[in-house]
Amino acid sequence: MIRNVAALTQRELATNFLSPVAYVVAAVFLVATGHLFMGSTLVEGEEASLRSMLDSMAWLLVFALPLLTMRVLSDEFASGTIETLMTAPVTDVEVVIGKFLGVYVMYLGLLATTLVHVVLLSAYGATDAGVLILGYLGMILLGAFYVAVGVFASALTRHQLVAAIVGILILAVLTLVVDALAGWYSGSWRSVLAYVNVLHHFQDFSKGIFDTKSLFFFLSGTAFFLFLAVKALESRRWR
Amino acid sequence: MIRVQNLTKTFGEVRAVDGVSFSIGEGEIVGFLGPNGAGKTTTLRVLTCYLPATSGSASVAGHDVFSDSMAVRRLVGYLPENTPLDGQMRCREYLNFRGKIRGLGRGVRESAIKRVIELCWLGDFIDRPIHQLSKGMRQRVGLADALLHDPKVLILDEPTIGLDPTQIRETRNLIRDLARRHTVLLSSHILPEVEATCERTIIIAGGRIVASGSPEELKERILGGSQLIAEISGPAKDVTKAVASLDGVHKVEGGADDGWQRLRIEPKKGCDPREAIFKVVKAKGWGLRELRLEVGSLEEFFVQITAKQAEEQRSEKREVRS
Ligand SMILES: Nc1ncnc2c1ncn2[C@@H]1O[C@H](COP(=O)(O)OP(=O)(O)O)[C@@H](O)[C@H]1O
Ligand SMILES: [Mg+2]
Repeated sequence: MIRNVAALTQRELATNFLSPVAYVVAAVFLVATGHLFMGSTLVEGEEASLRSMLDSMAWLLVFALPLLTMRVLSDEFASGTIETLMTAPVTDVEVVIGKFLGVYVMYLGLLATTLVHVVLLSAYGATDAGVLILGYLGMILLGAFYVAVGVFASALTRHQLVAAIVGILILAVLTLVVDALAGWYSGSWRSVLAYVNVLHHFQDFSKGIFDTKSLFFFLSGTAFFLFLAVKALESRRWR
Repeated sequence: MIRVQNLTKTFGEVRAVDGVSFSIGEGEIVGFLGPNGAGKTTTLRVLTCYLPATSGSASVAGHDVFSDSMAVRRLVGYLPENTPLDGQMRCREYLNFRGKIRGLGRGVRESAIKRVIELCWLGDFIDRPIHQLSKGMRQRVGLADALLHDPKVLILDEPTIGLDPTQIRETRNLIRDLARRHTVLLSSHILPEVEATCERTIIIAGGRIVASGSPEELKERILGGSQLIAEISGPAKDVTKAVASLDGVHKVEGGADDGWQRLRIEPKKGCDPREAIFKVVKAKGWGLRELRLEVGSLEEFFVQITAKQAEEQRSEKREVRS
């Protein structure tokens, strides 16, 4: 199990390093976070925190991560390599987890580069270490959730572009759309909408609040979409 | 080694494989022959655990492809149709990855890669990215991958499709060599391919097995062995009667034109009545302008069933439309 997943993850990472899309996404991500940092955090009179940078990154990733994940299964379907993969002694679960980790590790690498800003920030002013750590924990959890959604979208279709769009749509619904809708409803609907609002849970972390409910939300959400991805992969064979 | 029982696979309305049964013993090299769309790929995909069967069962070395799929996958080396490969990787990287997911440890993997490089002549391009390779090279990489774990059973789907004649010959030789160590099942829609490499042929058309056996057995079956063609001049009734009453003759059919009787003569099993025919013609004082043995060709048979199949499909479509 672990050996197969490790082999798949490694291959996924290697492919990412050869993928122009991954480089473009990474470059845009780095430029954008740098810009956010300069524009919103390094402003005189503002508090020395990365909160607004992280909040903006959270919605930026709604578009960025599906572009990284769109390839993972769609490309295997399109090129037919899924046949060699699924006739080797690996299970569907191993394939999905391997693909997930391949992109997720890359995301964590990108996230790590933003720690530069933490260093810069602490040079300028006193920072609250606890808030920072929780903010980054939030990013780590949020990324896992987004990547899981993206992998699921990629398991649905052989067209990368469709996978990207579906991934972005799902994430957009769970972030921006439910946020907007929540204003229209009241009562139990509203609490449902609030519960599935990803940004809501994320902002707990970025504010420096540790809420086990939000932790549970991200972990179970990630597991749920990975489970759906496995089911989608299985179902392709029954068609 | 391979056992398929009453296998059926439908895609919506299409019955791609329809009640197929066969079995293949250890060390056999068997060709799966059929026109395009006959259901070869689908059958092989069920055998390699890529597709589940709609009904029926299949097993490899006693392991059921559905309930014991991982065991089957470990035993089988599979070259899918059109050799899908990850173009971005280099050959060596690719084989290394494939070795890993087959659970080969580092040492075993390295020696296995060395072995297949030699076996499939990958030496010249082993460190090149796969997307730069020609069709023939890709085919060899696919074959190397299928052989990496030294599988008991090799399943090759149209292994020579798209290759040039030299490459075809090389690949065939390679497959024949492999057959000494592995049980091989290969599919093809080209008859000479199967005739050249396989000990036994299973002919499939329209999802059903229409014939199987060694090339010789198939020839026997096709036309009931060989036929004699004779053209004799003389009174039609007398000629037919005289020939039919000969010892080695089983059946005579014939038609007359311009005074010559053109006879199709089916000899009894193992008999060659050519000399007797000549003698009787000479004794009666008739004329003889042709007497030859027509050996049934597999090619002809294959064309026949292919044409028949196409005809059936056309009429089925007409039924559906009307
Ligand atoms: N995934 C699929 N979905 C729908 N129909 C399919 C699929 N795969 C094969 N078929 C149909 O099944 C039949 C047999 O195909 P196949 O097994 O590929 O034949 P062969 O390999 O002998 O050329 C064809 O009519 C083909 O169109
Ligand atoms: Mg085929």
